Amino acid sequence: MENTAIKYTFKDFQSDQEVRWCPGCDDYVILRSIQKALPEMNKKKEDFVFISGIGCSSRFPYYMDTYGMHGIHGRAAAIATGVKLANDKLSVWVASGDGDSMAIGGNHFIHVIRRNVDLNYILFNNEIYGLTKGQFSPTSLLEQKTKTSPYGNTQPPFNPGELAIGSSARFFARLSGNNPKEMTPVFVEAEKFNGLSLVEIMQNCVIFNDGCFSKYTDKTVRADMQVYLEHGKPMLFGKEKNKGLVLNGLKLEVVTLEENGVTESDILVHDAQESDNTLHLMLAKLKYPLATGIIRSVKESTLGERRRDKTQHVKEISKFKTVDDLFASGETYEVK
Amino acid sequence: MITNNDNKAIDRNVAEVEDVAIRFVGDSGDGMQLTGTQFSDTSAMFGNDIATFPDYPSEIRAPQGSLYGVSGFQVHIGHKDIATPGDDVDVLVAMNPAGLKTNLYALKPGQMLIVDSDSFTKKNLEKAHYETNPLEDGSLENYKVIEVAMTTHTREAVKDLGLDNKSILRSKNMFALGIVYFIFNRSMDHTIEFFEKKFKKKPLIVEANTKVLKAGFFYAETLELISTTYKVAPSEMPKGMYRMLNGNTATSWGLLTAQQNSGLELFLGSYPITPATDILHEMVKHRYFGVKTFQAEDEIAGITSAIGAAFAGDLAITTTSGPGLALKGEAIGLAMMIELPLVIINVQRGGPSTGLPTKTEQSDLLQALYGRNGESPVIVIAASTPANSFDFAYEACKLALEHMTPVILLTDGYIANGSAPWKIKKASDMPPIKNQLVPKGTTEYTPYQRDKDSLARKWAVPGMKGLEHRVGGLEKDKDSGNVSHVPTNHEYQTNIRAEKVKRVQNVIPEVKAEYNEEGDLLVIGWGGTYGSLSTVVHEMADEGHKIGHLHFNYINPLPKNTKDILKKFKKIIVCELNKGQFSMVLNSHFSEFEYLQYNKVQGLPFTTIELKDKFKQLV
Repeated sequence: MENTAIKYTFKDFQSDQEVRWCPGCDDYVILRSIQKALPEMNKKKEDFVFISGIGCSSRFPYYMDTYGMHGIHGRAAAIATGVKLANDKLSVWVASGDGDSMAIGGNHFIHVIRRNVDLNYILFNNEIYGLTKGQFSPTSLLEQKTKTSPYGNTQPPFNPGELAIGSSARFFARLSGNNPKEMTPVFVEAEKFNGLSLVEIMQNCVIFNDGCFSKYTDKTVRADMQVYLEHGKPMLFGKEKNKGLVLNGLKLEVVTLEENGVTESDILVHDAQESDNTLHLMLAKLKYPLATGIIRSVKESTLGERRRDKTQHVKEISKFKTVDDLFASGETYEVK
Repeated sequence: MITNNDNKAIDRNVAEVEDVAIRFVGDSGDGMQLTGTQFSDTSAMFGNDIATFPDYPSEIRAPQGSLYGVSGFQVHIGHKDIATPGDDVDVLVAMNPAGLKTNLYALKPGQMLIVDSDSFTKKNLEKAHYETNPLEDGSLENYKVIEVAMTTHTREAVKDLGLDNKSILRSKNMFALGIVYFIFNRSMDHTIEFFEKKFKKKPLIVEANTKVLKAGFFYAETLELISTTYKVAPSEMPKGMYRMLNGNTATSWGLLTAQQNSGLELFLGSYPITPATDILHEMVKHRYFGVKTFQAEDEIAGITSAIGAAFAGDLAITTTSGPGLALKGEAIGLAMMIELPLVIINVQRGGPSTGLPTKTEQSDLLQALYGRNGESPVIVIAASTPANSFDFAYEACKLALEHMTPVILLTDGYIANGSAPWKIKKASDMPPIKNQLVPKGTTEYTPYQRDKDSLARKWAVPGMKGLEHRVGGLEKDKDSGNVSHVPTNHEYQTNIRAEKVKRVQNVIPEVKAEYNEEGDLLVIGWGGTYGSLSTVVHEMADEGHKIGHLHFNYINPLPKNTKDILKKFKKIIVCELNKGQFSMVLNSHFSEFEYLQYNKVQGLPFTTIELKDKFKQLV
């Protein structure tokens, strides 16, 4: 094992390909944040693999100077599962959009989460189909006007966090696409997490859905509209950090410190590692404030670990070492 | 074939026969598969050539006694070479009226029908839609009917063992097997040993089954109705160690051998589908060889996970049947575009749509060849017998790894579930498998560096230092491997992908017409029809007809010398279990010939009788 620290910079992860997203797209921010995060992961460059499906965000692997595959629509999770099962040492990343993950690829999305395959899954959610120029996606809002819903969208959206936690996600984070400072450390955490780490990024599409998240992500409102969760810290938010979340019956409620006798000790403390996902699900569904940061991070066995244990066991008890042993076993007979 | 013999004496005749086909039928719960397997294993060990075919309902637990709940197992044993499970049978063993009703058509006139008369109750007759009891109404007088009260005798045989009623009824199939063993002068030893091994911890079950088996055997001995017993002498198969193997197991073992000889790990991504699932069942047992199986959430994840594994350096495989192949189409295109080694096994069944899941057909050929968007040629090969499914599964892996391309292997329900003796091979008997992995120490790499001769691209996999690269479904520049929309580059890449597959012609064997290399009629087939076509052409050639049999295992590309053979016959007939798909393919390659067709889409294999009738009209 080479364990000597390998010194990379973000430039080592830039491919020679010209990045071709629309000017102003959040994808540039995500790309740069990843390129900055990888050198901090203490992994060899050749051990990173980026897999994508189809969509604007799925061009991602072409811009990374790592191993990569631009797959087919919706199948990135399944392809990545195969890569990881083939070689457990690799750090495998999925770059996938809301349509890719939750429409055409919905089946793979829920199952890769259920199995807890040790992948890092970046979900670029822009609530629209960008590459096909502006149709509603499974996360577009009801009544939203798009190319295929000129009179208003009649299909209610998925909340990706709700869907993921409902599918038994062990790691779920939600981040703003315009805030690289949050992204890089969360990507490092995602890589460290042993299991499927899903990072939803609220990614603005400047062309077809501009401003879709601005009520949460604009620099001017961010602090008031988001509660950025950190494990072990009280759920406080607001420019003055004077608002917080408490549990009132089965509902999360916003309170203001020093109003009605509320003190910091009344505020919920974020426990990302609680295995019961009830509160994490409530946080994922919360509309005001929007919960961001690492909402859930619970250690459970991964598909790879479970398979490794079984294989080890079977190897120990097996009487066959080669196919010749197998062929000669059981009901054979001789023709003389 | 059994000859009629009127000897009524109890010291009966022993007739030597060349071959005999027996069908065991009964209710799904009657244990017909086990009975048939025991008879075939015993015969195989005796040294007969053999072919078997199970026929079970697609319902898992069909109502007892119903017509659609009938389960059957056919065995064809011979002193001569046996290439098919046989069409019509010489002996039919029917454990209930429903079995008789649905299978009597297959019994040759004048031949032996063994029935459990106890099961011909009013209720069972009604369930089988009989208005009168066929054992009493004279409708069976063209057959040698041997009525045995098997249930009664079975009860009697085990009455001292204190078994419950269910266990007693479960062992009556052994009474039938005992009778058949007596009629064919077979030893009961193998079956008794089988019980002892299988029920090691249940001595009572061993005792009960052994008693019932012997009771059947001795009962037959006293039965005057059985005027003749038969001997089928051992066949003259090449010396060596054998075992019975069905096509799906043979396919699995071919894959395992390829894994061992390639030195790579094997990844199988699959989703259960009849009749391919048994390959997955077999492969999951073999983790200890470095075999990784992954039961995916759907057909698409089955193949795309395999593509991921291939990208990471595994020998990657996916298995399916007709509808599953349709779902995998786009992904096969991806593997073809990024030029990764991938084996796709399609165990064909009756189509279209859900079709006839448990029945056989060859109607996925055009889907395998052309069922993708864009210009996307892949290698297509077909196994033609249960035993050679081993060789072609191995060959599929070898071609995929050496030529960096998807390979579709077609088998079908008939050869997948049919069993035949397999002369046991060793891994070292098989040709070595190379691969296109870049040598250690390689520092310069672009994805489309190609081997000069085969045009296979080189394979660098994640974890190899300094060779990071991206592949994908978008067209790529032939030199740099980067995305390219340049018109002439797309045409160049399209052509080179096609040429790469075409050059596989240089490494596959030439074909040869069997029985006659030139003459009046050339019978052409591909895949699982080999046994029936070969049997008929063999017979007709022996009768002096100038008839030859040309059978294809390699379909894309076709063997180089195909045209030379077509030229040597006056007439050509292409026989397929579809509406003429391979004849279309031949016509597209060699339009100068006329292709007569013989097609069947009944979910059943060809019978030798219908083939012979057809060929006789043409010679």
